[in-house]
Amino acid sequence: MEKAIFNPPKSLSKREFTYCPGCHHGIVHRLIAEVIDELGIREKTVIIAPVGCSVFAYEFFELDGTVAPHGRALAVATGMKRARPDLVVFTYQGDGDLAAIGTAETIHAANRGEKLTTIFINNAVYGMTGGQMAPTTLIGQKTTTTPYGRNHEKDGYPIHISEILSTMNGVAYLERVTVDTPQNVRSAKKAIKKAFLAQIKGLGFGLVEVLSACPTNWGMNPVEAMTWLREHMAKEFPPKLFVDKVGDG
Amino acid sequence: MTKKIMMKGNEAIAEAAIRAGCRLYFGYPITPQSEIAEYMARRLPEVGGTFLQTESEVATVNMVYGAACTGRRVMTSTSSPGFSLMQEGISYIAGAELPCVFVNVVRGGPGLGDIQPAQGDYFQATKGGGHGDYRVIVLGPSTVQEAVDLMGLAFDLADKYRNPVLVLADGLIGQMMEPVELPEMRDLSNLPDHSSWALVGAKGRKPHKVTSFNIDPHELEKMNKRYQAKYREIEKNEKRWENYRVEDLEYLLVGYGTSGRILKSVADMARGDGIKVGVFRPITLWPYPYEALAEVAEKARFVLTVEMSSGQMVEDVKLALEGRVPVYFYGRMAGVVPTPEEIYRHFVKLLEEG
Amino acid sequence: MARVEGYVEIDTERCKGCGLCINACPTKVLEFDMGTFNSKGYHPARYKGTGCIACGFCYMMCPDVCITVYRSVPATVGK
Repeated sequence: MEKAIFNPPKSLSKREFTYCPGCHHGIVHRLIAEVIDELGIREKTVIIAPVGCSVFAYEFFELDGTVAPHGRALAVATGMKRARPDLVVFTYQGDGDLAAIGTAETIHAANRGEKLTTIFINNAVYGMTGGQMAPTTLIGQKTTTTPYGRNHEKDGYPIHISEILSTMNGVAYLERVTVDTPQNVRSAKKAIKKAFLAQIKGLGFGLVEVLSACPTNWGMNPVEAMTWLREHMAKEFPPKLFVDKVGDG
Repeated sequence: MTKKIMMKGNEAIAEAAIRAGCRLYFGYPITPQSEIAEYMARRLPEVGGTFLQTESEVATVNMVYGAACTGRRVMTSTSSPGFSLMQEGISYIAGAELPCVFVNVVRGGPGLGDIQPAQGDYFQATKGGGHGDYRVIVLGPSTVQEAVDLMGLAFDLADKYRNPVLVLADGLIGQMMEPVELPEMRDLSNLPDHSSWALVGAKGRKPHKVTSFNIDPHELEKMNKRYQAKYREIEKNEKRWENYRVEDLEYLLVGYGTSGRILKSVADMARGDGIKVGVFRPITLWPYPYEALAEVAEKARFVLTVEMSSGQMVEDVKLALEGRVPVYFYGRMAGVVPTPEEIYRHFVKLLEEG
Repeated sequence: MARVEGYVEIDTERCKGCGLCINACPTKVLEFDMGTFNSKGYHPARYKGTGCIACGFCYMMCPDVCITVYRSVPATVGK
């Protein structure tokens, strides 16, 4: 007899992901869906997708969903949650969406302690528009708009959103994780679960920053990209548990 | 029997929204309409509603989007510069076909302008302030009572057509006190049912998706055709206007909102002097009542359009008349409200010039 | 203790040939199917047929949810 012990979660739709080979969006999508399945909240959860590569995210989940204007996912989520506090509302946002055009919405939603969950995909580059500089692009990293490498004199420094949010009283769960190894995938899932629990328990705002590979725009194969993520991105953005008011109970 | 009470326009607008079943307000303070937010902050908790002061008008419009996704009645209010900031979100809301109500208490512009009553946002309100082919239903009150009545209508039209509705007031309507009769409190359990599309969790059904997005141009064109069919339906059903002393008119004055109200005094003055002047006051600014205007204007020797702007609605007046009747314009800008006397003087000058 | 027997099923049409599963497999029982293209034009991953220990690492690393991992269970416990 055989029993499927690892199989696709119910909260994912059957739609094939539109992401490039080796893109970490798909891993994170699956983890979110697994968490929603395990918490038994699929029928009351709504996804707010961003603008960027994951603009289609609302189609990839078997959930009610919408797409926010670029950067405004947390404002849309705030309106929804305030209208229907019984819903579980989460945003899925990239670095351009959350940390450049939507910085104000991010900071104020966190600061108000909105009972929301945000999954923040940081891959240090704008994917959908073709590999331009992100607010999180590393110093020296080449993108299509930093062809000579990001220069802090001209372009400023990579922004550390989790560190900024960690100072805010409204934040109930905040962790930066990677999904570059099976062990780290497991830890990332635990973090995502806690970020949802922070909302469900009414403790405040939960955010998980996931350092993610963008092999296409980094110009690497998927395995090389994971090595680069470990050796470069994780140095600039060290994985860390910043805030945990959820606990293990 | 309900009785009349004295209320400031902004507060009457807020109370009318609550009585129409609105329990959700998101807003950012801006003069001359901050009393709406203040009233909501005080009053909504009393009726189990939610008030949230936002970090910006950009956040506001997107909170309205999120709240509207649940099918519950939601509104915001702002003034000109704030309304400019909301335009991207309104385009998304129109594309996602979400019911909600905006109030723009217009002030002098462009740019920072001033905080006095003006009508310089007509183009933005009626011709699409944001990107793409969309329409917002626009209602223009001329008294506090009418503002109250139009708030109720705004929520009903928003729900009926799943479309944003704008109440285009100005600083005068917002700031003045007038006696008003308020409607009864609506029964929340009797509001329109949006369960066929609202985002409230996919319980025992296929997930609902609410977006203005489709990557396939042919599919997006289908969505656009659906919007356009709806707009034609609104044009067919929802045009509203007021005729004042038009039965035997020889000259027609046209204005909306505060200027429309002032024009009634001008017509009375002219009739006191034996000149047969009538007034046409559009109440829906989109859809614009072109046919009704043409019907009364065609009897006129000329039409004088008066606005608190450099002349924006006058383009719709010309569209309605298609050159059949001469159309003149008189306006004050930047927050200056024209007096009936100065308008009448201008009218007499036009008469004398023949 | 008997060695755990596993089996990997790959949705080859969904697979984009990224190789993250192959890279993650501790027993090296996955490989690219170089003799096949799927309709997207990728060489999908393939289970070599033996040696899977049902650890689930491939499932965890797969960005396209193509992989189902089965574990052999005693008949008395199974359904």
